[in-house]
Amino acid sequence: MNLDNIKNQFPIFSNKINSKNLIYLDSSNSSQKPKTVIDRLNSFYSNEFSNVGRSVHALAVAATNNYENTRISVQKYLNAKHKDEIVFTKGATEAINLVANTFGQKYLKENDEVLITELEHHSNYVPWHYLRQIKGIKVEFAEIDQHGSVSLENIEKKINSKTKIIAVTHVSNVTGAILPIKKISQLAHSKNIPVLVDGCQGAPHLKLDMQDLECDFYAISCHKMYGPTGLGILYAKKKWLEELPPYQGGGGMIKEVTKNNITYAGLPNKYEAGTMQTAQIVAFKESIKFIENIGIENIMNHEKDLMNYTVEILRKNNSVKLIGNPKEKGAAISFTIEGIHPHDIATILDEDGVAIRAGHHCCQILHAKLGMFATARASLGVYNNKDDIDQLNNSINKCKKIFGLK
Amino acid sequence: MNLKELYQEIILEHGKNPRNLRKTENFNKEAKGYNPLCGDKVHVYLKLNESNKIEDVSFQGSGCAISMASASIMTCLVKGKEEKDIKEIVEDFLEMIKDKPELSSKNLNKDEKTRLMCLSGVKQYPMRVKCATLSWHTLTSAIVGDNEEINTEKFG
Repeated sequence: MNLDNIKNQFPIFSNKINSKNLIYLDSSNSSQKPKTVIDRLNSFYSNEFSNVGRSVHALAVAATNNYENTRISVQKYLNAKHKDEIVFTKGATEAINLVANTFGQKYLKENDEVLITELEHHSNYVPWHYLRQIKGIKVEFAEIDQHGSVSLENIEKKINSKTKIIAVTHVSNVTGAILPIKKISQLAHSKNIPVLVDGCQGAPHLKLDMQDLECDFYAISCHKMYGPTGLGILYAKKKWLEELPPYQGGGGMIKEVTKNNITYAGLPNKYEAGTMQTAQIVAFKESIKFIENIGIENIMNHEKDLMNYTVEILRKNNSVKLIGNPKEKGAAISFTIEGIHPHDIATILDEDGVAIRAGHHCCQILHAKLGMFATARASLGVYNNKDDIDQLNNSINKCKKIFGLK
Repeated sequence: MNLKELYQEIILEHGKNPRNLRKTENFNKEAKGYNPLCGDKVHVYLKLNESNKIEDVSFQGSGCAISMASASIMTCLVKGKEEKDIKEIVEDFLEMIKDKPELSSKNLNKDEKTRLMCLSGVKQYPMRVKCATLSWHTLTSAIVGDNEEINTEKFG
């Protein structure tokens, strides 16, 4: 598959940033949007807009069909068993909060343990911390290894009879480490422990098969997957969605309401209260189509080659220190330069049109463990190429020059 | 935008070799500051003598070149000044770093103003203004003596 002209499919790359071509290396934060997705938002709002699931007029029927068609696309893309296992949320953050809240409410009591890892984004820690405060549960952290990953052994070490759920990231947004989710699921299930996966950095870059991965919950951020903002997906095994209580209450999620009692709608409506992100959901079908047209295997190969090239180039650049060296690595790489703070790096790179992220990347636990406040991160999308990485390296050299480093 | 204005020689030099980066012995006022966006922290210590003159001022912490240089230059400028004059100096600096073209403090001499103006390049980088102001807000907090940690998200 030739990806040479892929940038042409993204209108943003025809703009200049600080009078330079945009070198976008911040896709772990949020990806850029292909024209087909932007056009679909426009056409839906312009010609087809209606709320879904309530009215019987023609627009409402068509919008409902479009909305449900995206659910079916996602189900197929993830190879989920049932379409009812796909719940739309406002983001991956809400997807994780949904599980923490409902699972915590029903199954967790004082001194029970939730096992997460030191790699977790704050969105897979803070929701569990709430339960620590409300219910007196404990949050345990599986430790990172010297490569910046979390091994199956390090997870196993922290499992005991009090462990009630394991919540882990699929891919670290800092070190890029890919965790062995299938093995973690199998280990956890052998002890009757369910597994939640924060799939934010996995879904845009890896071939996903929910039945093969065997996890119980998988949270996805659509805006990192060439999709619209304000939208996430929770994949959850049907048994859990049936067993767990509803999350938010409101219109659309009820069966019958009386003064004394309320019964809830079936799946997936039970978890989709209120007016949902109709246009974004309709447009997200185009994001899936965009990925499928290129082929996820082609995207994986392209990003793997480019990440190998990035590692090679940055390793050769003395004074650049790479954070972690995981064997299985996704599309993000973090680094520091001795003597230059990551925020200064990001500001100087920005002048060359090179967009990276600097800071703790919402991973303060990991940064504390690494003994640093902040790192700089370059993350890849399907649209990046070797020229982008060469420009990154040139701009890093410019930083070093400004700061008087060799 | 102009990188050269932002990263002037004097800023790079103060960033690399910050003055007064230590903890004042027998300090009698202190405050902590925190920028949750980047995780940078600063701790400012003051020693006031009996006539409320700043006998010593120092800071500890880590951060970008802008924040370290700003804290370093700040400690150099306020050392030896009367405590009662600090508020006016800090306000003048904060106004300048946001939008005022010049410094107008009656408590800074011409040379001090020139040194402080080297931070004015930050104006063109709104995301970086908080890097420059963190230590100044923290200094105010130390003088006022409220125990609450300064948080850059509370300021505009």
